[in-house]
Amino acid sequence: MFNPDIYRHDFPILSQQIYGKPLVYFDNAATTQKPLCVVEKIKSGYLEQNANIHRGVHFLSERATEAHEAARQKVQQFINANSSNEIVFTRGTTEAINLVAFSFGETFCKADDEIIVTEMEHHSNIVPWQMMCERKGAILKVVHFDDNGVLNIEELRSLLNEKTKLVAIAQVSNTLGTINPVKEIATIAHQYGAKVLIDGAQSIPHIKVDVQSIDADFFVFSAHKIYGPTGIGVLYGKETLLEKMQPYQGGGEMIQKVTFEKTTYNELPFKFEAGTPDFIGSTALAEALNYVEKIGMANIAEHEHQLLCYAQEKLSAIEKMRFFGNSPKKSGVLSFLVGNIHPYDMGSILDKLGIAVRTGHHCAQPVMDHFGIEGTVRASFSFYNTKEEIDILYNGILRAQKMFKN
Amino acid sequence: MTLNEKQDAIIAEFEFLDDWLDKYQLIIDKSQSSKGIEDKYKVEENVIEGCQSKVWVAAEFRDEKVYYQGESNTDIAGGIVCMLVEILSGETPDDILNADLYFIERIGLKEHLSPTRSNGMLAMIKQMRIYALAFKSQNN
Repeated sequence: MFNPDIYRHDFPILSQQIYGKPLVYFDNAATTQKPLCVVEKIKSGYLEQNANIHRGVHFLSERATEAHEAARQKVQQFINANSSNEIVFTRGTTEAINLVAFSFGETFCKADDEIIVTEMEHHSNIVPWQMMCERKGAILKVVHFDDNGVLNIEELRSLLNEKTKLVAIAQVSNTLGTINPVKEIATIAHQYGAKVLIDGAQSIPHIKVDVQSIDADFFVFSAHKIYGPTGIGVLYGKETLLEKMQPYQGGGEMIQKVTFEKTTYNELPFKFEAGTPDFIGSTALAEALNYVEKIGMANIAEHEHQLLCYAQEKLSAIEKMRFFGNSPKKSGVLSFLVGNIHPYDMGSILDKLGIAVRTGHHCAQPVMDHFGIEGTVRASFSFYNTKEEIDILYNGILRAQKMFKN
Repeated sequence: MTLNEKQDAIIAEFEFLDDWLDKYQLIIDKSQSSKGIEDKYKVEENVIEGCQSKVWVAAEFRDEKVYYQGESNTDIAGGIVCMLVEILSGETPDDILNADLYFIERIGLKEHLSPTRSNGMLAMIKQMRIYALAFKSQNN
């Protein structure tokens, strides 16, 4: 039996009191808390190993370079990429998508080509594609979902054609929790010669990811969603594609030779890493990946699934409770509204009870439009959450309901 | 009652509430029992857009005094706009422009003054002062 209490000690922030009440942290889809080992890694990185990497001949620079490249290999192993050349460090998911939208767009897309996204994407997997389409004269198409939050695969099939260059889709919806069948989607898209970008921001902390098994052309995620530091993320891209794509930003690190007449670019993955990379953040990310591996991704998934089932059952007993996202395959995200209590009001009262949830449109306004609502309250779970905390949320909602006479 | 007497009356209401939830209850009750805003004023031009809540504020100028109305789609922002309306309504533009709204800090709502707070209390006050300023310059 998985016992979250064993791991809660690794997260000192969780034992805080908020307005005199124990913190219940249910905003994990926004960012996860950091275990001591990750914080220690950042600290020791700066205190013992800080020197700019790559071209340095001195001891510290070589050590820092080795650690940074070892982190890249850790990421490669964690998502089962074929080569560490396929792992590009970015500032996060958003930058990784922007990178692909730019570099893939400039290299492979022309007027009247088509890009497919879904109605359940985070804005960061919509807007970069809109910008690219505008630049290239390409067309953005949208696959919709049903009222349970299940994607319409038939619609995807009907939208695909020889003009489709890429399908961009979240593996897990940040608002609905839906786990999309990305392997099946990649297979369908590939039949039409389209590439697939999978936004793994919400799947990476919850599901064991194997980029080769799902046959992703691109897979992106942020370190801070998986117990790592903020400001660093990962772009995985198939080597053959990354080789052909033109660079995103120019600067140091990404060049081979610079003259005023012509500049040649560095090899992968450095071609896409202009400037000094976050070589401390990368090692802390690797530490976070080691940490979750030690717990076991299967154990994490199982415990979070139990929490979700418990929460759905418990909260569904509340009068006028409405859930958004009832996909049979669902990750630990619970979006809801109670009667006509505005999500902002509900979130504010829960806050005063020490419960951290997110309220609003969750950067997914098309999802809100689908249901004709302005926003939801979202509780999102991590392996360190407990059933007792869900009981506190339940009581908090009842308390708020009473206060709003609703 | 003067503007400051109205502030003091509100401070007195909150004075013995040391629990945050009791304070919020009072704010919610103010919103739920408020007259709100007349339908003719509940229009897009009068919206003060917060990140998550929507607030409507309108003002009329009669006998040298400003009369405000306000409403929100959330009860917490609604209660806050309601208190501002209560305090600033019926005052002259000069009194509104020069008002020191000390009640905010005294009842413990100072955190709501942060520009990043989604209920946009700062934006509400600014909009209400803009009305006062507009009436004042019209009058001169």
